[in-house]
Amino acid sequence: MKLLSLNQRAALLSVVMLVVGLLIWEAAIPAQNAVGELTEYERLTGAGAAKAGVPPPSAVITKAWEQLSNPFYDAGPNDKGIGIQIGYSIYRVLTGYFLAALVAIPFGFLIGMSQLAYKAFNPFIQVLRPISPLAWMPLALFIIGDSEASAIFVIFICSIWPMLINTAFGVAGVREDWVNVARTHELGPFKTAFTVILPAAAPTIVTGMRISIGIAWLVIVAAEMLVGGTGIGYYVWNEWNNLDLTSVVFSILMIGVVGMSLDAMFGLLQRRVAYVE
Amino acid sequence: MKPYLSIEKLTQRFPDGAGGDLTVFEDATFGVEKGEFVVILGHSGCGKSTIMNILAGLAEPTSGAVIMDGQEVKGPSLERGVVFQNYSLLPWLSTLKNVTFGVAARHPNWNRQKIEDHAVKFLAMVGLEGDVIHRKPSQLSGGMRQRVSIARAFANHPKLMLLDEPFGALDALTRGTIQDELLNIWGQMEQTVFMITHDIDEAILLADRILLMTNGPQARVAESVEITIPRPRNRTEIVEHPNYYAIRNHLVQFLGKRSKELAGQPTPAGQTNSPVSVRIDKTETPDDPEDKRPALRAVNS
Repeated sequence: MKLLSLNQRAALLSVVMLVVGLLIWEAAIPAQNAVGELTEYERLTGAGAAKAGVPPPSAVITKAWEQLSNPFYDAGPNDKGIGIQIGYSIYRVLTGYFLAALVAIPFGFLIGMSQLAYKAFNPFIQVLRPISPLAWMPLALFIIGDSEASAIFVIFICSIWPMLINTAFGVAGVREDWVNVARTHELGPFKTAFTVILPAAAPTIVTGMRISIGIAWLVIVAAEMLVGGTGIGYYVWNEWNNLDLTSVVFSILMIGVVGMSLDAMFGLLQRRVAYVE
Repeated sequence: MKPYLSIEKLTQRFPDGAGGDLTVFEDATFGVEKGEFVVILGHSGCGKSTIMNILAGLAEPTSGAVIMDGQEVKGPSLERGVVFQNYSLLPWLSTLKNVTFGVAARHPNWNRQKIEDHAVKFLAMVGLEGDVIHRKPSQLSGGMRQRVSIARAFANHPKLMLLDEPFGALDALTRGTIQDELLNIWGQMEQTVFMITHDIDEAILLADRILLMTNGPQARVAESVEITIPRPRNRTEIVEHPNYYAIRNHLVQFLGKRSKELAGQPTPAGQTNSPVSVRIDKTETPDDPEDKRPALRAVNS
């Protein structure tokens, strides 16, 4: 007899794995501190001084509590709350991302509609697409000058490709029958684009957007480590420089949580535009 | 006088991939009168669908012209409604929205309520009422989907209705029901209909006239068979009519044998390829002076 549904059982298993994982982690920490008796020499050279070790989960949780209970404090350039740092990162990601969408979706539409444009632009897309977004950074810094804008540019350039390619692919793959329905109803090109092609290609386009936002969030951390100043990427690097590994572990977790939320939002959108043929 | 819909010397050729041309059909010439229900019968590959696409304006003929109501057909138009074999409903819209989509295109100045009422009325005419109209096409059976497609086309009241094997993908029972609904809606609207089918019984039930095509390539519309069974017709009663089996035999003979024999014959020079009129009527007295139709009175017994 099944008392619990599949989802409930899965959730239970997740919790068990989490608790077991945390316990093992917690138990493993004292081992690294058990340095045993120190020699005179070691004591003199400071080897036995409070060594920066991987923090136990209890310390991370305490840190998280402390940070999350006051996420927006601002005590100077090197001491800002986690909320502010994440806010900066999200702002950069969304700015770059929406600029990319603004270019990629109309442009993808165009090359999806025209075989000629598709074939003509394809080599450029294929060459530009595999370039690591961070490789653009020096060029962006040189041309744009501003580090903030450069970070946004890097997000723009990395999120444009999946959206562009998926839009073109989705638009090119719209069923001939549906286009014929538009034609026999004398819809103009704009009406056809918005009432037939866009909804028909929407699931593919949104899939591209979802991939893009995922990549953009991956890239922003690295980009902020380079440009510095603010943002969650900078925060991680700064805490590493401070040798505050508790904060590092905590911010890694936060990066994961934010990334998951962004993805979940697009997952929702994806479900909204999905249709069954 | 020209018929309402006049197909004149229509020719379609495609490159055959070996440098030459493949002639699908050549110099096809026939007409359809206003309010007439014309069915075209022929084997696969004889170019029926190509003719249909040209009439719909979705394809261009190699040469020749289609003239409807005094105007040449160029490109698709709301005046020619199409019911496709695969329904061609937009899957992201509800049943009702699929019909209002067409109505809104036809009557851009109607308000939302009027558009919706009109759509609901036509959906009801094909037996779709209540909650069903808010379902997505994927939640409907094949028969229901085709009903929606028929409602969408009829709601626009086009000058010409084109039905491309509308019942081809349906089971026999569903087909029967929808044929009745089609006859019903057609009877109410005096719509000119041009339909493709493979099904002889369906053709006899629905048509005023059946055009018979020879096999392709170089297919021709060889005969135009008048269905001399009075309306309203009913599938159980028409089989009792003395003309039913005579007409049916003629059609079976044509599709089974003569469509092959007549295939691939080039058009005699200077002649159009218009079909020969055939009238089979066993209820007529043999010396009917009113009959002005020329030649070929097939008398099958």
